[in-house]
Amino acid sequence: MFNASISPNDILFMLRGAGVTLLLTFWAVLGGTLLGVAFGLLRATAPGWPSYALGTLLDVFRSVPLLIQLILATAFAPIAGLDWQPFTVACLVLAVYASAYCTEIVRGSILAVPLSTRRAARSLGLTWWDDLTVIVFPIALRVGLPSWMNLALGLMKDSALVLWLGIIELLRSSQIVVTRTQEPLLVLMIAGTIYFLISFPIARLGTWFETRWQVHD
Amino acid sequence: MIEIEDVHKSFGLLEVIKGVTMNVARGEVVSVIGGSGSGKSTLLMCVNGLEPINSGRILVDGTVVHARETDLNKLRTKIGIVFQQWNAFPHLTVLENVMLAPRKVLGKSRQDAEAVAVERLTHVGLADKLKVYPSKLSGGQQQRMAIARALAMSPDYMLLDEVTSALDPQLVGEVLDTLRLLSSEGMTMIVVTHEIRFARDVSNRVAFFHQGRIHEIGPPEQVIGSPRQPETMAFLKSVL
Repeated sequence: MFNASISPNDILFMLRGAGVTLLLTFWAVLGGTLLGVAFGLLRATAPGWPSYALGTLLDVFRSVPLLIQLILATAFAPIAGLDWQPFTVACLVLAVYASAYCTEIVRGSILAVPLSTRRAARSLGLTWWDDLTVIVFPIALRVGLPSWMNLALGLMKDSALVLWLGIIELLRSSQIVVTRTQEPLLVLMIAGTIYFLISFPIARLGTWFETRWQVHD
Repeated sequence: MIEIEDVHKSFGLLEVIKGVTMNVARGEVVSVIGGSGSGKSTLLMCVNGLEPINSGRILVDGTVVHARETDLNKLRTKIGIVFQQWNAFPHLTVLENVMLAPRKVLGKSRQDAEAVAVERLTHVGLADKLKVYPSKLSGGQQQRMAIARALAMSPDYMLLDEVTSALDPQLVGEVLDTLRLLSSEGMTMIVVTHEIRFARDVSNRVAFFHQGRIHEIGPPEQVIGSPRQPETMAFLKSVL
C-alpha cells in the first residue's frame, strides 16, 4: 500500500505529457515560422516606418517574460469574449513569441545575401519575386537554419511554462508523478531523458542539413 | 543603339556622374577607362536600370530606361552585364547558374535551356565543369561562367565591368577572342576596363572618364596613342 515506486503507468503518464509538449512545440514552431517568414520579409524589404513599427511591436514580445505573456493572455482572452481552451491560448502565445525571434532570424538571413548577387540576378531580367524565391531564399535558408534550430529547441523547453495555465505537459506530468512517488531525482532524470530524446533527433537533423549544404558553399 | 544624354547621378551628396553624353551604335565596342571612383562602373549600372539616375536620359533601342512605363525585366534580357565580382549563385551548379535566366525569364524548356547553357559554357571553356558548384572554381573560371550566364540570354548588348581584372593572365587572351567573336557577330559592347592594351585591341572608340565626366573620347589610336588632354596622359602614364 505504501509502495511508492514508479510504475509503468507513471511512465505512460509522463509520455502522454511529452506528447502534449510535442504538440505545443509543433504548433508554436509552425505558427512562429510562418509569421516569422512573413514579418522577416517585411522587415528586410519594406522601407521606413512599417518595418520599424513591426520591429517595435515584436520587441515587446521578445522583452516581456513568456510566463507573463501566457498569464496575461489567459486572463484577457475571456474578457475579449474569446472562449478559448488554455491549450489554444498557449499555442497562440508561444507562436507569437516564436515569431518575434523568427522575424529577426529571417531578416538577418535575407540581409546576409550579398546585394551584388541579387543585382546579378536582376540584371539577367529575373523579377523581384524570382530573385527572392530562387536566389535569396535558398541562400538565406542556409544562413538562418542553425539559428532557427536553436529557436525550435528552445521553444520546446520554454513550452514547459504552460503548466501554469493548468496544461499537463511533460514537466507538469513529472511534478504530479513526483508528488505521488516522492522520487524527485529519478522522475526528473526520466523527464530530462525524454526531453533529450525529443531534442536529439531534431538537432541531428539540423546538423545533417548543414553538412549536406556545406558542400555547395 | 545606346544613347546616354547628359546623365547626372549622385549617391547622397556625392555626385559620381556629372553630365555624361555618349552614344554607342550597333556593333560598336566602346571601352571606358579611367581611375577608380571616376563613375565608370556606376554608368554601366545606370544603362540597364540597376541604378536610378538624377537627371538626363538613357535610351536603349529608343526605350527610355528610367521611364516609369518601361518594363525593365524585359529590357534587361537585351542587355547582358558581367560584373567585376562575378556574383555566382553559390547554391546552384555551373550549369544551373547559366540555365536559370533562360528558364525563368525567357520561359525556355529544360532541354532548350540546357542546350544553350552547355553551348555557352563550352564557348568559354567550361564544358568539363557543368555539375560543379561555383565555390570549386577559380576566380577566372567563375568569371567565364558569369560571361556564359549573360550570353545565354542572347543579348544584343553586353556591358562588361572590369571582367578581365580577376582573370589568370593566360585566360585573358581567350576572353579577348570571345569578345572579338561577339563583336564580329554584331554584339554591341561597353567595356569598362583597366587594361589599356585590351581597350586598344578590341574597341572602336575609347572614352576616358575623369571625375564623373568624359574627359576625352575617340578612336583608340587617338585617346591611347596620342592623348590630347594632360589628365589622359597622366592616367595612361600611371597604368602603363
